[in-house]
Amino acid sequence: MTGLGALLMRDLRIAIRVGGGAMIGVLFFMLVVTLMPFAIGPDLALLSRIGPAILWLGALLATLLTLDRLLAADQEDGSLDLLTMGPAPLEMVVGVKALAHWLTSALPLVIVSPLLALFLNLDGPATLAVTATLLAGTPALTFLGLIGAALTVTLRRGGLLLPVLILPLTIPVLIFGVSASNAAIVGPVTFGTPFMILCALTLMALVIGPFAAAAALRAGQE
Amino acid sequence: MGPIEVTELMTLSADALTCRRGGRLIFDQLSFSIASGRALLVTGRNGVGKSSLLRMIAGLLRIAGGRLSLSGGDPEQTIGEQSHYLGHLDALKPALSVAENLSFWTSYLGGAGDPHEALENVGLEALAHLPASYLSAGQRRRLSIARLIAVKRPLWLLDEPTAALDTDAQAMLLTLLQSHLAGGGMVVAATHLPLGLADAGQLRLDAA
Repeated sequence: MTGLGALLMRDLRIAIRVGGGAMIGVLFFMLVVTLMPFAIGPDLALLSRIGPAILWLGALLATLLTLDRLLAADQEDGSLDLLTMGPAPLEMVVGVKALAHWLTSALPLVIVSPLLALFLNLDGPATLAVTATLLAGTPALTFLGLIGAALTVTLRRGGLLLPVLILPLTIPVLIFGVSASNAAIVGPVTFGTPFMILCALTLMALVIGPFAAAAALRAGQE
Repeated sequence: MGPIEVTELMTLSADALTCRRGGRLIFDQLSFSIASGRALLVTGRNGVGKSSLLRMIAGLLRIAGGRLSLSGGDPEQTIGEQSHYLGHLDALKPALSVAENLSFWTSYLGGAGDPHEALENVGLEALAHLPASYLSAGQRRRLSIARLIAVKRPLWLLDEPTAALDTDAQAMLLTLLQSHLAGGGMVVAATHLPLGLADAGQLRLDAA
């Protein structure tokens, strides 16, 4: 276990240092959400109705933006070869890498979302609901993205292929994330129903992601 | 550095190995075996499959045919988990310092060794706190070699180990190799230059 702990610490450390790129996703998220009111206009009722959807879309796009670095950086400098030669199973290794990536690129999105909710005229309960759904749903995005990152890692210019591969898989997460947030604001279903499905999607992604990614990496050993 | 604890003799043997990359046959029917304390130098023209052979032993490349086995080691571990791979890429993170890079690999690969002692062995102790991005090619190579001594593993797979090393570092590498072999370790090195090992076996690859 100490080896995996060391891997987690290393990835966190690299992400927060200069050039680590942990803040790129957050900046992009803030840009997208800040621009929306300018594009849509100062219709406060409209903004608060579509606010959860805007936040979710922004978070989804920001996650996709940084996913291609999840494994590619380690592939380029040969670290991935050595990571597969360690005592830990490859499934755990990629799982830990995805966890570090979620902590450094998706968790900051969750943290800034209450601030951005203010821009979109969301009230207290709505802000809380969106933040909760983002917290529960973004791990699914990262762990589904892990599969795409593993599939495209051996391609030199796989960066653009990754969103195309992953986007269809993320649609259920987006649907239930937004519908849970909307349920908290306007109803008619209770917040709990879609939120539970969102949590189930995340749990499934947490299990399937590392196994599929490790299988993809093994299949790409050529 | 202390000798590797070898309880019994280990043997790495390859039987009728076949390597295919991108549909092309690289080598075919390759058999060899080396025992503890022995080194094998793999030579041959560019593109003949030296690096592919090392990656295959390390478990980084699919074996298209034949079999590889390591007897006498820990049966629970794969060959890759019992070997060190020193490839063309140095697996160093520019944002981390020299010491951080080495201590990460030491704890990740499950070594109980002391990273600082390993840094002293390769002559990088003065640069321990420098970010790895400032290292020269030879210094990066030395840092990669430090990984081999910080974590004890019986089989070393070295791909052009002397690349970018100055004469001092080459002598240092030779000393490390001799000490590794004396401790019962094994070395498989792909190289164009003689490493200076006195009784190393030779495996010459020819185009298939």
